[in-house]
Amino acid sequence: MIDRRKPVFLERQTYRRHRLIDASRLVPLAGAFLFFVPLLWEYKVVAPDEQGFLAERMVYLFAVWFGLVVLAARIAARLRPEDFDRDHEVDVDPDSRDRG
Amino acid sequence: MLPYNILVEVCVIYAALLFGVAFLAERRAKRGKLSWLRSPLVYTLSLSIYCTAWTFYGAVGYAARSGLEFLTIYLGPTLVMVGWWWVLRKLVRIGRRQRITSVADLISSRYGKSAVLGGVVTCLMVVATTPYIALQLQSVTLSFGVFARPAPEGLAMPTQSVTTIWVAIGLTVFTVLFGTRNLDANERHHGVVTAIAVEALVKLAALLAVGAFVVWGIASGPSEIMARINASPIAKVPADGSRWFALIFLSGAAFLCLPRMFQVLVVENEDERHLATASWAFPLYMALMSLFVLPIAVMGLAVLPAGSNPDLFVLTLPLSMDRNALAMLAFLGGFSSATSMVVVASIALSTMVSNHLVMPLWLGFRRGGASMSGDVRQLVLMSRRLSIAGVLALGYTYYRISGGGEALAAIGLISFVGVVQVLPAMIGGIFWRGATRIGAAAGILSGFAIWLYTLFLPSFGPDVLLSAALLDHGPGGFGWLTPQALFGLGNLDPVVHAVMWSLVMNTTAFLVGSLASFPRPLERLQGAQIVNVFDYSTGRHGWARSFVEAEDLLVMSQRIFGPREAQALFLTEALAQGKDGYLPDPTPEFIDRLERELAGSVGAATAHAMIGQIVTGASVSVQDLMAVADETAQIMEYSSQLETKSQELARTARQLRDANQKLTALSVQKDAFLSQISHELRTPMTSIRAFSEILMSEADLTDADKDRYSRIIHDEALRLTRLLDALLDLNVLEHGQATFRPETVVLRDMIDRAILSTSGVRSAQPITIVRNDASEAVILHTDVDRLSQVFINLIANARKYCVAPQARLTIRVVRVDGQTAIDFIDNGAGIPIVSQGLIFEKFSRLSDQSAAGGAGLGLAICREIMVRLGGSVSYLPGQGGAAFRVLLPQTAIIRAA
Repeated sequence: MIDRRKPVFLERQTYRRHRLIDASRLVPLAGAFLFFVPLLWEYKVVAPDEQGFLAERMVYLFAVWFGLVVLAARIAARLRPEDFDRDHEVDVDPDSRDRG
Repeated sequence: MLPYNILVEVCVIYAALLFGVAFLAERRAKRGKLSWLRSPLVYTLSLSIYCTAWTFYGAVGYAARSGLEFLTIYLGPTLVMVGWWWVLRKLVRIGRRQRITSVADLISSRYGKSAVLGGVVTCLMVVATTPYIALQLQSVTLSFGVFARPAPEGLAMPTQSVTTIWVAIGLTVFTVLFGTRNLDANERHHGVVTAIAVEALVKLAALLAVGAFVVWGIASGPSEIMARINASPIAKVPADGSRWFALIFLSGAAFLCLPRMFQVLVVENEDERHLATASWAFPLYMALMSLFVLPIAVMGLAVLPAGSNPDLFVLTLPLSMDRNALAMLAFLGGFSSATSMVVVASIALSTMVSNHLVMPLWLGFRRGGASMSGDVRQLVLMSRRLSIAGVLALGYTYYRISGGGEALAAIGLISFVGVVQVLPAMIGGIFWRGATRIGAAAGILSGFAIWLYTLFLPSFGPDVLLSAALLDHGPGGFGWLTPQALFGLGNLDPVVHAVMWSLVMNTTAFLVGSLASFPRPLERLQGAQIVNVFDYSTGRHGWARSFVEAEDLLVMSQRIFGPREAQALFLTEALAQGKDGYLPDPTPEFIDRLERELAGSVGAATAHAMIGQIVTGASVSVQDLMAVADETAQIMEYSSQLETKSQELARTARQLRDANQKLTALSVQKDAFLSQISHELRTPMTSIRAFSEILMSEADLTDADKDRYSRIIHDEALRLTRLLDALLDLNVLEHGQATFRPETVVLRDMIDRAILSTSGVRSAQPITIVRNDASEAVILHTDVDRLSQVFINLIANARKYCVAPQARLTIRVVRVDGQTAIDFIDNGAGIPIVSQGLIFEKFSRLSDQSAAGGAGLGLAICREIMVRLGGSVSYLPGQGGAAFRVLLPQTAIIRAA
């Protein structure tokens, strides 16, 4: 058995770091949602004399893309070396520790 | 435009330049100057081998055909990169800890170092990468064609075919020179990585330059481009939602599974922290690469003559505007894209082939053992070189059979669907301990088969490998088995169709196989180490108690690492053990470490097998370890049983000690009682004898005196009788000879009578009795006389012994745990704790000073009576005086108050 005893409550700074990592996990989910938004737009076949709105779609996708880059960069800049060695689990859940 | 031979010269010079870069980087690395070679920037740029000629040429063609859909190929990896905390971080950690050399090695390691699984994955990867290599050959050939003739169309086939062969040969030589200089695949290829980083910059610069030229050179700026995009025919292409969804998923998955991506992401990773930088920098790189793709496609369609190949717009647009330098840069960009992909992909594949196909077969054929003579190093290197050539030859074959006419993007997607068949086994393997070898093999094989049938074989076109009839109507006319419309799903896009069916079947087989099978011990061990990679900080365990000769190990290691490296390794180990010379003791730790080092060169399964051949018989198999673990568990259980038993014994001993103390105390009491009772008996006897002698001898006694003396004699005789009655009574009760005559009575009346009959007791002072009439309205059916005797005894005791200034006895009826109890509580001194255990014993008296003349039998009788009646009487401590609780038998109660 591995000794899994860890503190249940964390000091403010460590708490912030954990939330930072939570944020890092959320970025791809947000990105996936935003990238799939174009699926919800109406894709109708444009008549020959009409103008499409391809450029606007392109601008939207690139805006989301660069937004993700900025977000990921800000999170990466705040990470510290010790964060990399942290356990895979997010936080200590006393119940699950008992069960484990 | 440019003569063919000059073009070739430019290519050779460029390749030589790259080789120089790689050489310098290697030399720097050898000298330990790794500062910038190890920067996160180089890591990020090395990831750019994801952007191959498919991106460089194919994306524009893709955009010209299907609009924004080309972006999906980059959006998937973007999500994977920004979500690095989910999967990539774990993959990299596992790769570093287990010295993983390739995707096949990861799968093989995870599932118990299975050589078969490693071989299966290797075959899958080789087949799936073949179209991808063909794509690079095709794009380079096409770009050569553009330069060699003014117009891209109407190329003579012989020229093109010859070009392709030369490109393939050139790339083979280049890769062999680049990639097989050192053997340890886990030892980073600093040179290759640096060269790739340079090529990444060339690609990006070339594409941005062409893009900028298109936006500001041909058009007048972004606003015109926007307007042109909306006006172009691309804007009128209907988009396919299912493809959008499937391709984002597919590209994200392929990003993890592609052998070359795994190579740069995991194997070449220097530092996990580089991932954090790459998580945003690589998406940025891809965004920049994609930024001008749509404008180039739109302008190409608008400016170039109809019928031009859109896959070549990046080259033909500058050429048509007579920008030869720009076109040359674009050509080099495309060349970079293709070469870097081919180099890394074939390095990764050749590592797999030599570690998972050649070495296991070689070990199998040479049962004599790995310590036999012959240089394995040469064998491994040669097998890698040959497999590089083989991979390129396969790519060329695919190119020839498929006719080279397909759009680049379509070829790339076929490859993607093939490699992602590893995904369920990979992701399941690193997150789920229940995944087994059987499940992984079943999943990969079924996915692979469906991919071959629904996408790969049909990709050659009708009547090449599959007949047109089969493609249209299914094998033997079974419509529901039609390759591109399995089970009637004919209106799906072929790629989406293949992705869906292959991954659904793959995952199902993987899950069912895993759930239904039982893993071998080594699998479970590896599974635990890989899934819980963040929990374990120590290495693997497997070898123990070995009697192997260190010399054999050295001989084998020399043939894998080369003499110098092997000797250095052994020397360091010997020094660390405090020994002189090259031969350290083959401790389990050392053998473990050696296996890890070997795994870095030849893969986990092979390393395990090779060490296993030398350490035969001496190694403790995992089964043994499990048995030991079982034994330990048994011992632990046994010791905990012993502990329980010893606690039990301690309890019993304590009880015995208590009983002994009680017995000793009782014996003392009995002695005291005997002297007491002899005293009690003798006192009245003495008086009786004395007074009766007076009555007999003295004749002149007055009547009054006679009367007084005979009364005294009578009283003393009565006292004796009482004493003897009590003793008799107790004896009868104790031997169960007493008979009970139950009657129905109200509790209140009994207490009344008891108080009344004790009123004659001699006491120091009057006592107040506190009662609650209502609660005493309990109707009982019991032996009234006996119960009254108990009450009388308790009340009399209170009257006799309560010494408080204002003596008070409280009698209350309470319900305790559903039973009725009567408490008799006085406000006297109570009974000291030491005596509380003894008061119910026979002959027990608190003190000798008692003037009441009791023989110490009252409470003993009370207890016996209550036991016989089915109730109990006990001392109730902590009530501020002496307190007794009489628990009435449940059966006696007819109606409670």
